[in-house]
Amino acid sequence: MQHSVSIRDLSLNFGNVKVLEHLNLDIAQGEFIVLLGPSGCGKSTLLNCIAGLLDVSDGQIFISGKNVTWLEPKDRGIGMVFQSYALYPQMSVERNLSFGLRVAGMPKDEIERRVARAAEILQIQPLLNRKPANLSGGQRQRVAIGRALVRDVDVFLFDEPLSNLDAKLRSDLRVEIKRLHQRLKNTMIYVTHDQIEALTLADRIAIMKNGVIQQLADPHTIYNKPVNLYVAGFIGSPSMNFITGSVDGTTFTAADGTKIPVGAYDFAASPAGSLKAVLGVRPEHILLGDAAQGMPFKTTAEIEIVEPMGSETLAWTKVAGVPVTFRCSSDIPLAVGDKVTVGFDIARGSLFNAETENRL
Amino acid sequence: MSQTATMAGSTPATAGTVVEARGPKPKPFFTPRKIIIYSVLVFFSLYYLFPLYVMVMTSLKTMPEIRFGNIFALPQAPTFDAWIKAWTSACTGLNCQGLSPGFWNSVKITIPSTIVSIFIAAVNGYALVNWRFRGSEIFFAILIFGSFIPYQVMLYPLVMITREMGIFGSLQAVILIHTVFGMPILTLLFRNYFASLPQELFKAARVDGAGFWRIFFEIMLPMSLPIFVVALILQVTGIWNDFLFGVVFAGTQNYPMTVQLNNIVNSVQGTPDYSVNMAATVLTGLVPLTVYFVSGKWFVRGVAAGAVKG
Repeated sequence: MQHSVSIRDLSLNFGNVKVLEHLNLDIAQGEFIVLLGPSGCGKSTLLNCIAGLLDVSDGQIFISGKNVTWLEPKDRGIGMVFQSYALYPQMSVERNLSFGLRVAGMPKDEIERRVARAAEILQIQPLLNRKPANLSGGQRQRVAIGRALVRDVDVFLFDEPLSNLDAKLRSDLRVEIKRLHQRLKNTMIYVTHDQIEALTLADRIAIMKNGVIQQLADPHTIYNKPVNLYVAGFIGSPSMNFITGSVDGTTFTAADGTKIPVGAYDFAASPAGSLKAVLGVRPEHILLGDAAQGMPFKTTAEIEIVEPMGSETLAWTKVAGVPVTFRCSSDIPLAVGDKVTVGFDIARGSLFNAETENRL
Repeated sequence: MSQTATMAGSTPATAGTVVEARGPKPKPFFTPRKIIIYSVLVFFSLYYLFPLYVMVMTSLKTMPEIRFGNIFALPQAPTFDAWIKAWTSACTGLNCQGLSPGFWNSVKITIPSTIVSIFIAAVNGYALVNWRFRGSEIFFAILIFGSFIPYQVMLYPLVMITREMGIFGSLQAVILIHTVFGMPILTLLFRNYFASLPQELFKAARVDGAGFWRIFFEIMLPMSLPIFVVALILQVTGIWNDFLFGVVFAGTQNYPMTVQLNNIVNSVQGTPDYSVNMAATVLTGLVPLTVYFVSGKWFVRGVAAGAVKG
């Protein structure tokens, strides 16, 4: 099968700083890929390389089967949407949308047809004669998407498109981008540092750190089976609870001596002998009270902090001597100092090698 | 009860009544701070305005009245004769046509020098920020270093160069020199301004397929009005006020206004006509003065905008 975008052995250095190192990534036709990572991880740099705005130091980039490594941005069949919208301030919305087409010397009626179509899809027809300064943030970002849309490209590149918007608008536009993808079925590559955006939008997420893709998988796998400690800690809010200790056969022994049975855990390869390990369990997988009774591991813990969040409650406690958070329904009355039974099933948790930090 | 209510609502007229703070804090006009600030400001404005006052008043007087010696007095019978003479018939060396030929020479020098230097500097600044090329930083460093070399050092070599080019003693020579010497500061100005514009705009234009000149003319220029106004002010006033390059490179028939003013004022024949000298000086300064008055706000804004980001 031909990949829509294929990145082979890509490296990029700024002087002595290695931003991307031997990076490989294949993206299927019509796939929505999210590049997720903290600032400085190289995700925007990778996007700029795909767009042709940065020269690569080594490696190749293929788009729709064509080697575009040395091609100008306009010849790569890409459209790009920027965080700051990057609308041309002195041009009306209509001129903004048509700028690329006018540069390409397209006939007038074709330009009009495409602008009208993009305006219809994004519902910005009433704004066509306005200047960007007279638009709201959400409208501006729609126009910016429209500018990519009119060029009728194979691949859409989004560089943190929602980061400048307020929370409400962000979730609205997130849904719109998803709807747009379902309608157009274009390949989309989307850079963000917001894990909610990544989890909600992506077909597959590529989690990056220091210019290296840590894990490339669908959101469910990323969330439930993180390949290493970094991914496990990065995804999820509040983040996963970690208990350090060692694993021997079917028993995990925490640093304070607490024994947790891990026989139900789906080991990739059963560790031979005793091994230093980290046990990770997500806050929502820790059950409370009666529900905890049936769990393979349960213990009594004292509530230290309660954070009511409306739909649910976050509580802080100590398990095996380390601070642990868990989520529960806001209907359950909890008070600081309460002694409760908490428990979890290791089958829903994760175990990592403490030295390599990789999943066991 | 009613007693206390009245007390609370009353103003602080009676001593001992404490007014509860509410609403905007009262700002008395005569505070020691304000008095000091305004006195200093008034003093210095008068200090700087006095020469102008003396010049304008003297230019409106007749010679006998000037000889009387009271330079601060208002003219008894104001007359514009000196102004007319300065413009049309004062002697600059051998010619007695007044300053008007010099004015037009200055116009002929200033307009092309300003346009050419600003255009080249704008392209320079744009290229340095958005189209980084190998060695662009070094190129910029050398350019900036150029602005620290005193003009006198380069004067003789430049005379030889323009002579070899066959343009020494012509308008072209002086225009060329002004363009070259305007380059460091103007390039710095434009570079800093373009660096302050969002880089993503440039990227977006490249994705849209626009090239070097198209991005420059259609995206960057329309956003750069403020910095163009600043550059215009710098160049117009700088070139208009120039004396050295004018006297060296322009040739006698193209002497700018400043050189001719000097020839009028320093004329050694006959008795010095102070009223004409004053009128000629004010006339020469009128162009930069007008530029400052019209564009003062733009000027400050532009310099501030250009200076912040390096």
